[in-house]
Amino acid sequence: MNILELTTLIWLGSLFAGFLGALTGLGGGVVIVPLLTLVFGVDLRYAVGASLVSVIATSSGAAAAYVKAGFTNMRIGIFLEVATTTGALAGAFVAAFLSPSIVAVIFGVVLALSALFASQPRRTHSDPRPPDPLATRLRLDGSFPAREGTIDYKVRGVPGGFGLMFLAGGLSGLLGIGSGALKVLAMDQVMRIPFKVSTTTSNFMIGVTAAASAGVYLHRGYISPGLALPVVLGVLPGALLGTHFLATAKTKWLRWVFAAVILVLAAQMIYSGVTGKL
Amino acid sequence: MENPQHNATENRLEWWVGKLLRTGVIVSAAIIALGGAIYLARHGLSSPAYGVFHGVKSDWSSVSGIVGSAFHGGGRGVIQLGLLLLIATPVVRVMLLVVGFAWQRDRLYTIISLVVLTLLLYSLFGGGLS
Repeated sequence: MNILELTTLIWLGSLFAGFLGALTGLGGGVVIVPLLTLVFGVDLRYAVGASLVSVIATSSGAAAAYVKAGFTNMRIGIFLEVATTTGALAGAFVAAFLSPSIVAVIFGVVLALSALFASQPRRTHSDPRPPDPLATRLRLDGSFPAREGTIDYKVRGVPGGFGLMFLAGGLSGLLGIGSGALKVLAMDQVMRIPFKVSTTTSNFMIGVTAAASAGVYLHRGYISPGLALPVVLGVLPGALLGTHFLATAKTKWLRWVFAAVILVLAAQMIYSGVTGKL
Repeated sequence: MENPQHNATENRLEWWVGKLLRTGVIVSAAIIALGGAIYLARHGLSSPAYGVFHGVKSDWSSVSGIVGSAFHGGGRGVIQLGLLLLIATPVVRVMLLVVGFAWQRDRLYTIISLVVLTLLLYSLFGGGLS
């Protein structure tokens, strides 16, 4: 197979990965890395590098649409980005010392957990904890527009959320994914930020987090132009299609099918890592 | 929000940030596509070697190397220039936040966003943490 043929195939695969990532809400990265390594036999380090830049593309590409709606909380976003960018640098640093097999196993486990989390129905019971005084001091509390008028919200569990964000950043830097599922978990379940605010703010943070580790990966020579070309140009339109499809179609059963696909990919990553095939 | 004036400034800032991110993505995708066309026209029929890791050469892995290579019209240099621009869009977004918070005389958040900006610039120009 020559470069032209391989580039075309990877482009098609990335289009699908972007679509699947947007539909499951997990992001393109979680599908791109297994696709490149398991299907196309690409070295894991090149795969992670290409995936990271595609994560930035989808995050920035989607941001414009979200910002208009007025859900994003800039203070929460930039405050938590201190944790995610520090984590991302730490993750990129650690990646240099871990063998690809170990990274593959961690990838598989994280992938399986995110797929399970994404397919769970969300718990929305009220929280008995009082609002966090730290949140008040940091002025994190905000409001968002709703049909019945502006809704105010208070933020809880700031230290716990901040800690989870460091972990999310670390996984993003180590695995080349956006860690959107973990970011939403930290904001929605731990900090009790309304779901819509959590998801849009998370999307905003993903690009900044990925940029923090992408710089390190670029200097290390992990970002290959020939590979990033079809991946970025495939994931971007794929993700836009997926978001559009999500808004128009009834996708409940489809999400289940895709969650199953992702679990299979996760098992394959773990198997390949354990048997040392990557 | 207790201060409507404050909120209006914030909304306008968000609008600019969104606009900037979208423009950044469109422009960098166009540059990547252009570089890709040059690269595939020249090397499309060669054999790929992504299965073995040996790292990308320095012309395509440092900010100065990429800019130099792109101006010589190398396909992969132009692709990397597009990728560099893509990586820079969130960085510029944080710069806008620094300016926005400073404009609002919000000292705490000006400092917080400066911390994030420093981490990002360190990653982009710091040489790979090693």
